[in-house]
Amino acid sequence: MKKVLSLILALVMALSLVACGGGNGDGGSSDGDKVVKIGVFEPQSGDNGAGGKQEILGMQYANKETPTVEIGGETYKVELVMADNASSNDKAPTAAQTLISGGVSLVLGSYGSGVSIAAGDTFLAAGVPAIGVTCTNPQVTADCDVYFRICFLDPFQGTVLANYAKSDLKATKAYCLAKQGDDYSGGLCNYFIKAFGEDNCVYEQFPEGTSDYSTYITNAKNQGCDVFFAPVSTEAAAQIIAKADTQALGMPILAGDTWDSNVILEAAKGTDVKICVTTFYQEGANAEFDAGIKAWINSDSTALANNGGNDELAAVSVMGYDAYYVALEALKQAGSTEPSAVLSALPNVVHTGITGEIKFDSIGDAVRDSAVVKSCNTETGKWDFVTIATVG
Amino acid sequence: MLNKKDNKKSFISFVLVALFLVLVIVLDQVIKPTDKMSMLLTVLQKGSVYALAAVSMNLLNGFTGLFSLGHAGFMLVGAYTYAIFSIPAAARDTVYQYYDAVIRISFPEVFGNAMGGFGTVLGVTLSVIMAGLAAALLAFLIGLPVLRLKSDYLAIATLGFAEIIRAVFQWSKLGPVTNGSNLLKSFTRTSSFRLTIGDTTITLATFVPVLIATISIIVIVLLVNSTYGRAFKAIRDDEVAAEAMGIGLAKHKMISFVISSFFAGVSGATMAMVLSIAQASNFKAAMTYEILLMVVLGGIGSITGSIIGSLLFVASSEWWLRGLDSGTFLGINAPTIFRNGFRLVVFSVIIMIVVLFFRKGIMGDRELPEVIAGWKRKIAKKKEVASK
Amino acid sequence: MNVMHTVLPYIISGISVGGQYALIAIGYTMVYGILRLINFAHGDVFMVAGLMMVYMAASLPLYIAIPLMILLTVLLGFAIERVAYKPLRTAPRMSVMISAIGVSYLLQNLALYITGGLNKNYPAIPWISDRITVLGMETTRVTVITPFLTIALVVALVLLINHTKIGMAMRAVSVDFDTAQLMGIKINSVISATFIIGTFLAAIGSMLFFTSFPGIVPTSGGMPGLKAFVAAVFGGIGSIPGAVIGAFIIGICESIIKGLDTILIVSGSITEQVGFATFSDAFTFVLLIVILVFKPTGLFGEKTTDKV
Repeated sequence: MKKVLSLILALVMALSLVACGGGNGDGGSSDGDKVVKIGVFEPQSGDNGAGGKQEILGMQYANKETPTVEIGGETYKVELVMADNASSNDKAPTAAQTLISGGVSLVLGSYGSGVSIAAGDTFLAAGVPAIGVTCTNPQVTADCDVYFRICFLDPFQGTVLANYAKSDLKATKAYCLAKQGDDYSGGLCNYFIKAFGEDNCVYEQFPEGTSDYSTYITNAKNQGCDVFFAPVSTEAAAQIIAKADTQALGMPILAGDTWDSNVILEAAKGTDVKICVTTFYQEGANAEFDAGIKAWINSDSTALANNGGNDELAAVSVMGYDAYYVALEALKQAGSTEPSAVLSALPNVVHTGITGEIKFDSIGDAVRDSAVVKSCNTETGKWDFVTIATVG
Repeated sequence: MLNKKDNKKSFISFVLVALFLVLVIVLDQVIKPTDKMSMLLTVLQKGSVYALAAVSMNLLNGFTGLFSLGHAGFMLVGAYTYAIFSIPAAARDTVYQYYDAVIRISFPEVFGNAMGGFGTVLGVTLSVIMAGLAAALLAFLIGLPVLRLKSDYLAIATLGFAEIIRAVFQWSKLGPVTNGSNLLKSFTRTSSFRLTIGDTTITLATFVPVLIATISIIVIVLLVNSTYGRAFKAIRDDEVAAEAMGIGLAKHKMISFVISSFFAGVSGATMAMVLSIAQASNFKAAMTYEILLMVVLGGIGSITGSIIGSLLFVASSEWWLRGLDSGTFLGINAPTIFRNGFRLVVFSVIIMIVVLFFRKGIMGDRELPEVIAGWKRKIAKKKEVASK
Repeated sequence: MNVMHTVLPYIISGISVGGQYALIAIGYTMVYGILRLINFAHGDVFMVAGLMMVYMAASLPLYIAIPLMILLTVLLGFAIERVAYKPLRTAPRMSVMISAIGVSYLLQNLALYITGGLNKNYPAIPWISDRITVLGMETTRVTVITPFLTIALVVALVLLINHTKIGMAMRAVSVDFDTAQLMGIKINSVISATFIIGTFLAAIGSMLFFTSFPGIVPTSGGMPGLKAFVAAVFGGIGSIPGAVIGAFIIGICESIIKGLDTILIVSGSITEQVGFATFSDAFTFVLLIVILVFKPTGLFGEKTTDKV
């Protein structure tokens, strides 16, 4: 018995080592083209899996549109290397390490702030630069010199939302709901509360693995709130919307950029729940781009499935698309595929993308001063443009 | 005669361990984080965390026969204690972004400023020991009511306590201490362990966790081989008989529980160092289950088994079987089958096979030297037979 | 009056959740009663039942999907016992429990693989997921139906155990495993029957639970499973009415704790949030430890004697 076991184990080990060797072998391209690797550090499973997949879609579309880049006078083929951070802070450092050891020049991602904060130190230790796409928590770039980002930050978004709730929705008491230990929803709620006024907010956090959101709806109703702020993951969102409908919540739901997704539209369609979000992009602002990416999504069955089965465009996809071009711009300016060269080129990169001009400040954050406010049309199942909001 | 032989054996083991540590230091210098082989370092780092966790669980489950499922809770306490006492003053406010931090002392920083490099080492050591002590203290308090319970009731009660600990650490009212449910970071971690001598920098990112695990495991081995260890085994084999022999059940169970938890705390602290973050939501019951499966894989009641089991577990899940998740494995390209999660399915099937058909795991309840000696004897016998 | 109006919704949803826990808890308590095994995989079977429904409802009409789901779940429960527990019948209890943990790990990872780690939405079952108004409170019909359905099923089960041959065999085996075997009871069929009944009820429970809370992830079964087990211990393991009462108590407590901040604020006892909701899961375990320390046999459990 013992011998058989040790034999099996030895076999498994040997085979896996061979597999490793095999896996490592395919790094170089066969036809002699030079390859530059861009790491994609996104959740493909877990709470934020659906959102992460949508963000990747934008990068994949951009990669299809522009598959090569000119670096130091030579044409390189761009290869996207994926690593799934599983929306989990403890898996994030290992996923980051897999990308780094895969020889990427820089990394894009992630959707969700916690994983980016958790992996920041791994990128820092290896000196590999990372560009955050939609991670809005200030901590992502603070204390991490290799992290940049192209989206706006929570203090900005939280204030915009609070102002909107006060002036447009005429709200006087807000119910804020975040997921426990989640830096995206927690951060956004924190800044929303600061801007809205601490005394007029009820703040609650639901633990991981919660399935019963009805209690939180009841809590909001019982405490006499008149706006429900819940910038949580789309999975939780779909259920909150369903409960808000069956329990007659009777107040508008407000959320951040994660809710700009077809998951929300589907959940809200046919209900009488009023939903408003702040986001980066309104479909229709660039008709040519919209048509192009939609045609691609519809032609590719995997892409269609990853987008949730229809071609409704999520703002995170557009951000993913822009991030890819920022990465190409950085590679061009660096003139080398070395991570250190890309890192020193990044602060000076300027790119005019679909979502506006992108350039970095001294911390590495994007200089952005406006957000799009949209509301959900529950009859058509589409987003209606409301306004462009700014602060100050 | 016997003593001499034992001395020789311990000497050989000592030399081997020392050689291994030197090898780790060399690997640390040779392999850069951007190399493909850097996964080896990741496996060594995480592997040493889990090896220590598995050995400390084995002390309780395998040697004392107390089936406890609270390990993740004690690791959480260790990780948090280490993290809280190691965050440098400058980073404190960024980390505690929503709270006003109460504890503002960082041992590695305080001692580092006072005594330089040696002070940092002292500070880290102090934080790690405090992590262990915090877990041990909690274990003592929990042990008072639960250690009286019988096998599966003990398992479920300790599992329950781990969940309660996790909830308490996530409570927003404790935010000024624990940062609520948000993650702790910026503390002294593995990448901060580097020595600068003149112009050369020596990286110790892998060496430090391996060293911590090695020292702790040696202590556990010494304990298991002492009179206490023999008393633990007697309790495991037959409680009633052990009591009749004059072994204090309550006292020895408590000692085993507290010591096991102390090292669980140390491994939690090491885990925080390796991952460079600490967050309560990571320390779920699933973590305890994984550690338990490592122990089972290696063999319940074998320390070297637990070490081998956890290294295999970590290496397979982090490195060797990665291909199963990303489309290509063993040169076979089948993205529809080899997609996200397949690795874990294969892995759990292997574990079920071990649990059902190789119930003793890799090592049974024997240690590596015994197994090697057994092999030697067998080879000698075969040679004898062949020569005849 | 005002306070009552505030508290009522929590109690109603608590009773509903309690009913769903009760259906899972029966599986735990019956298996433990006979095999002295904490079947850690039971919660995951409950999750798999939910996932099967998701996939089958996508291609089959509901009147086929629901019976088929129940049938497949029962088969799964039966297969798990035969493959993972039966070979270990003579092994130490710890080995069987480890095997149960292994099965739970396997089922969760399989679910992770099949769903790709993404959240799946449970199909809406007409009629029971309709919106209704009870006592001036908006909710779905399933909330109201659950407790009645649970009690009806429990009564049927108790009748089965007390008045049929297989029920008598089950009672005999749970009193004394070895003697029952000597008396000519086919121990394996009794154990299989236990698993079949347990998973059947878990399948019904999963239908009710996921209709109320429609998101399914691979770990969805873990917490409800553990809570149901605690309910079984609380009520006295081996006792079916005990498990049901335990489940209702846990469901109601949990729901009230989630809303405790609000209840206290509305009634004027406190002025700001305390964050009791953080302890909604942990409270279940506090209850467990209290009962284990002070009355290890649970509310309705029989006294067992130590055998040397």
